[in-house]
Order: sequence, then C-alpha cells, then structure tokens
Amino acid sequence: MAFLDYFRSEKKRSASLAKERLQVIVARERGNRGGPDYLPALQQEILQVIRRYIEVDDDAVRIEVDREGDCEVLELNVTLPDSD
Amino acid sequence: MARIVVVTSGKGGVGKTTTSAAFGAGLARAGYRTVVVDFDVGLRNLDLIMGCERRVVYDFVNVINGEANLNQALIRDKRVDGLEILPASQTRDKDALTFEGVQSVLETLASTHDYVICDSPAGIERGAHLAMYFADDALVVTNPEVSSVRDSDRVLGLLSSKTRRAEQGDEPVKEHLVVTRYAAARVGKGEMLSIEDICEILSIDLLGVVPESTAVLNASNAGVPVIMEDKTDAGQAYDDIVSRYLGEARDHRFLTEKKGLFGRLFKG
Repeated sequence: MAFLDYFRSEKKRSASLAKERLQVIVARERGNRGGPDYLPALQQEILQVIRRYIEVDDDAVRIEVDREGDCEVLELNVTLPDSD
Repeated sequence: MARIVVVTSGKGGVGKTTTSAAFGAGLARAGYRTVVVDFDVGLRNLDLIMGCERRVVYDFVNVINGEANLNQALIRDKRVDGLEILPASQTRDKDALTFEGVQSVLETLASTHDYVICDSPAGIERGAHLAMYFADDALVVTNPEVSSVRDSDRVLGLLSSKTRRAEQGDEPVKEHLVVTRYAAARVGKGEMLSIEDICEILSIDLLGVVPESTAVLNASNAGVPVIMEDKTDAGQAYDDIVSRYLGEARDHRFLTEKKGLFGRLFKG
C-alpha cells in the first residue's frame, strides 16, 4: 500500500538534489587538487584581464596542470560567450 | 610500534571527539594500550567528553615545551584499563604545537602504546595538519549533509598529499569512512543522503554508520564515551566500528528505519 508515494513523487527528492550538486562540486575541486598553490590566483587574474576586453562568466576560465613524464603542461581553456 | 589513527572531518560538529572517545575506549576494552590525544589547542573538549576534565593538570603543550613530562600529563581512565588521554592546551597561541614537538611526543607514545588516536580539530589549519601528518590510518567522520561530505572530500585530498606517508612515498594512509547522525527514516523519505550516495561520492571504504541517537548527548552529558552504553544504538554502532577496524566481519546495522505498525501498513 504505497499509494502515498504518488503524492511524494510530486517534487524532486531533496537528497537526490544534494547528491547531484555534490558530484559536480567535488569533481571540480578534485580537478584543482594537486596543482600548484598559485593556480586559483592565476585563474582569477587571467579572468580579470579577459574581462577588460569582453564580458565572460565566472567559470569561463579553466586551468589544469597535467604531467607528461618529466614535463608539466599548463592547460588554459577560455570559453567566450556566443556573439549575437 | 603503535598504529597512529587520526580522527578527522574538515567540518566541525560532526562527531570527531565523540568518535575519538568511543573508538579509543573500544580499543582499550579490546585489550590494546590506547592513548587519545586532543589536538584542538585552545578549544579543549576531549577531557569533558571522556569525563576527566577535573583531573587535567598538564597538557600537550606543557610537554612540548618541557614544562612537564609525558607521564605527568597523561590521564589514566578510571573505567577502562589501558586507556589514557593527553589533553590539549587552552592557550590561545596557535603556534603552540610545533612540528618537532608533536613528532617527538607521538614517537614516545607510539613506543609505549598499541594505538595512538589523534582527535583532530575542525578546519585544515595547523592543528588539523599536525593531527593527520603522522597518521597510519584515518577515520573520516562525515554527516549525511552536503557541507560535511564536501569537506570530507577535501580532507581526503590532504590525507593523500600532506601526510608523512604521502611525502615519503610510503603506502598511503588507510582511509575509513564513519558516517554519523544517520537518520534512516529520513533517508527512506528521500530527505537525506544515503550511505550508498556518500560512499559513491567519496569512494572510500565504509567502516561504520552511527545512527542519530539521543544516547550521544546523554553520554556526553555524563562524560562517558558512548561505546560504554552497551544497550544504546550508538554504543553498539561504535562497538561494531571497533570490531570491524580490528578485522572482524560484522554486518552493518541501523541502515533501515525501525517501522512501527503504522509505517508498515503504509509502506507495504
């Protein structure tokens, strides 16, 4: 007699919302982990420089450090807004 | 040589000190010489939870500064043989814990005990860093709640990079998940993250689940480690946790709600 479930399913369960949000933020923070301590500041400054020329979102600049053998590669990704 | 176990979480108020007291008392009850060390300089509380606050004379920082020796500062538990605590200092000086001082105290404790439990302060500052630095094992205490899970993930990152084992390239710190304040009824209603959700996000081994319980506040009011309250759900959950840590296979309990007649009728 789980007919009450019918009423419960009207709105999304808050626990599944919590899980989705956590998966996104944890994945992002793990991506930044292990890199040099200056990365967040570098990211902010690059964002400020870009904003002198074009209005972009807070998450428009992505920075990652990859290791390939002895070599460290700084990968910089800038997403520009669609031009209307 | 002892195993050094850090009880950590990042977030405050999730049950680190409750877990340290219960876990330490459980190991001592199982016959292991155990010392629980309070790393929360300035906000000493382990003594209160373990009911020995009036017996504190010297503390961790006094020992580091050479103002007292370790035997003067250690407090022997009156209920459990083989259980001792080293209280934190109430000084406001955040640099009171030095790296060399902590290292020397932990080495001495490790030579005379089987387990050294380091009760970490909240946050990721100096005290928390020193509490985890020398650890062999970590109990990561997490509540089924977004900020706690996120902070636990952050702490897991630190355990795998900012510890002696990580820096020396030894076998990594063994991480164990302890979920506390779990309310199975709310999980059933979809209002609270489930154990499966938390394990999936953090991807570490689950050591145990402590249900949300009135026993925890009652035990802390009385200054008794909650594991000593054998008849309570939380006490039994911590007993399972200690046994599992020591290698015994025990089924997880308290994962489903106890349904009354009414609940059974409506949920089939």
